[in-house]
Amino acid sequence: MNHEAERYERLFLIISGLFLVGFLIVLAYTSIHMGVMLPGKVGVIEAKAGESLAAAVFRTPPFDHLGVKKIGPDDYEAVYFAQAWAFFPREIDLPVGARVKFIATSVDVTHGFFIAGTRVNMMLLPGQISEETYTFRKAGKYLLLCHEYCGLLHQTMHAWVIVK
Amino acid sequence: MTTPIVAAPDGFSLPDEQRRLIKWTVYLGFIVLAVGVLNGLDQALNYAHIDIFRFFPGMRTYYQGLTAHGVFNAIIMTFAFANGFVAMAVARGLGMKLNHGLLAASFWTILVGTLLTAGAIVNGTASVLYTFYPPLEASWPFYLGLALVVISTWITSANLFVTLAKFRREHPGQRIPLLAYMGVVTYVFWDISSLGIVVEVVVFLLPWSLGLWHGADPLVDRTLFWFTGHPIVYFWLLPIYMSWYGMIPRQVGGALFSDSVVRISFLLFLIIIPIGFHHQFVDPGVSRELKYAVAVLTFAVFVPSLMTAFSVMYALEIGGRRAGGNGLIGWFFRIPWKDPSVCAQVLAMLAFMLGGITGLMNASYTMNLEIHNTTFVPGHFHLTVGTAVALSIMGIAYWLVPYLEQKELWSAKAGLVSSWLYFIGVLIFARGMISGGLAGMPRRTAISLVPYAEPPGWRLAGILVGVGGSLMFIGAVLFFVVIAMTVLAGKRTEIADIPYSVTLVTPQTSGWEPGLDRLRYWIVASVLLCVIIYGPFLASQFPLQLNVPGFRAF
Ligand code: HEM
Ligand SMILES: [Cu+2]
Ligand SMILES: [Cu+2]
Repeated sequence: MNHEAERYERLFLIISGLFLVGFLIVLAYTSIHMGVMLPGKVGVIEAKAGESLAAAVFRTPPFDHLGVKKIGPDDYEAVYFAQAWAFFPREIDLPVGARVKFIATSVDVTHGFFIAGTRVNMMLLPGQISEETYTFRKAGKYLLLCHEYCGLLHQTMHAWVIVK
Repeated sequence: MTTPIVAAPDGFSLPDEQRRLIKWTVYLGFIVLAVGVLNGLDQALNYAHIDIFRFFPGMRTYYQGLTAHGVFNAIIMTFAFANGFVAMAVARGLGMKLNHGLLAASFWTILVGTLLTAGAIVNGTASVLYTFYPPLEASWPFYLGLALVVISTWITSANLFVTLAKFRREHPGQRIPLLAYMGVVTYVFWDISSLGIVVEVVVFLLPWSLGLWHGADPLVDRTLFWFTGHPIVYFWLLPIYMSWYGMIPRQVGGALFSDSVVRISFLLFLIIIPIGFHHQFVDPGVSRELKYAVAVLTFAVFVPSLMTAFSVMYALEIGGRRAGGNGLIGWFFRIPWKDPSVCAQVLAMLAFMLGGITGLMNASYTMNLEIHNTTFVPGHFHLTVGTAVALSIMGIAYWLVPYLEQKELWSAKAGLVSSWLYFIGVLIFARGMISGGLAGMPRRTAISLVPYAEPPGWRLAGILVGVGGSLMFIGAVLFFVVIAMTVLAGKRTEIADIPYSVTLVTPQTSGWEPGLDRLRYWIVASVLLCVIIYGPFLASQFPLQLNVPGFRAF
């Protein structure tokens, strides 16, 4: 009975192991061929002695010019900062097909930056710059949410991305 | 119907005063769980747009209640249960009594820690959720209390090590009995894993809340938190695996088929500790390479759980077939479903399969981009910690409380109803949470108060969460009634022993297998992997930027 059980166990583990490896291969495929990437290391914002973090953010490019900037035929850059409990800018307009690099940071606590229904999903940490690129293929009114708890009025923290 | 109990082969029984301390440690867990699930009800209703939290005594905001829910359920209840249950199981496994002073110290430490933390949460100075990311800044008793709660687990480990050392002296050349082995490895694993949170709290946050540091380094603190925050889930789970491996086989009339397989699976958990970065997949300041490496390791840590699934299912099958079940799955219906302890834990296992699958989805980082910090995540972990662990703890309680009290369980039937309600509840709850998450519904959010029109898919999801959560709550209340009535009004009886399982293949004393007991080497391997994954990252953060000021608007 035991030998049989051991054989079954080995079989069970080999098959499950193959599944796990298969999943990893699919993951690698989506990253390499479809370009679905995690956000990585971008840069930090350091306040000088006596300077507030907010002041440091506003003098550091690109945060000295908030909002959308066209940088190529279909390429855009959207620069945001988050502060309890709002995003700036509160609303942006983009054409369908726009490939947008979202660049954002926080000036106070940890916030989230999540556009519901897309994979634009990142954390904003004070002093750290976050970046993610996404192409909007469908028109619509997209809800940009703070999805990390950031204090009393966290549930009100949102903005809009209008794609026409 | 009472739970089947085996007589102690060697006549072991725990001294009364140790039994009492273990009892109160476990009851402390149940008391905080009761407060925690009450808040759970309020949160579930919030997602269904029923805003009742303002009427909760002592709770002014949604987030105050949510902090209590996370801290009480996920940290204090689980730790208290582990401190009591694992210590008892190790004592039983070794057939030795524990060190009394350490047992008492552990109890008083977790009690004081709980009171400090709870006090800070209730007076509204610590609504920072159970992840307490700085620069959200709680008052110092919150951090001090949490530190004490963790330290109580270290005191328990010291107790286990002292007792094991004594066993080894008195029984040279013997293998560590399996039940004790599982308990000791669980705590060794946790000692290493908990270093992150202890450094975060004791070196950074507690002094900061006392004004000794001027600010916090949010990224480093997050990283330290998640160094512990992922393995903590195995600290919740491994005591349950001890029951599934070491007790359930006996309870269903089956047997565990291999001793070594269990030890290997526990060692794998011990070795694969440093994967907390998968909670930071979408964080800035952490390189992609590190994230990808950790994603692979995260898949690897699935293996010991698969091993557990096999062994436990096999034990259930032996029991079911002995009871006359046949066919491919016929045995499954013949296990003792009428025993509330078995019923609760088998339902917990079923929930855990779904939890495992949704966990793999989280770990697939491309999927993580869609669902990070959405309600998909609480959907996932109420199947794991919220059910696989919590419902198993309830199931264990159905024999543990009678054993500790030497009283009959008050009502097995109520226990069965409780387990089924909780199980059906969590299926509905998780269905709602998961679909909501896929539709972009954020977690940790007072949804009943949002100022914008909700996107499609959120409404139905929220209603399912409300309905499922209410069923879970009723199930949990019934559990507390059964336990309270057992303690207060149970009939006196004599219960000689805990349900201790035998293995089909007994441990070998020669060959490679005794190497599994030489924990020193496995500890070195574990620490080494931690250093490889975390060392370069932490080193790159120096000098630390302790300059982000605290934030208290909650
Ligand atoms: C009656 C049973 C329960 C109900 C109705 C319930 C309900 C909920 C809900 C609705 C949330 C999401 C809140 C939000 O994200 O805004 C939540 C979060 C959570 N629950 Fe439960 N829960 C229950 C039991 C448990 C148990 C037994 C545990 C653990 C042992 C647990 C651990 C957690 C944790 C760790 C969180 C996350 C807290 C956070 O995001 O800060 N829950 N629960
Ligand atoms: Cu926010
Ligand atoms: Cu927020």
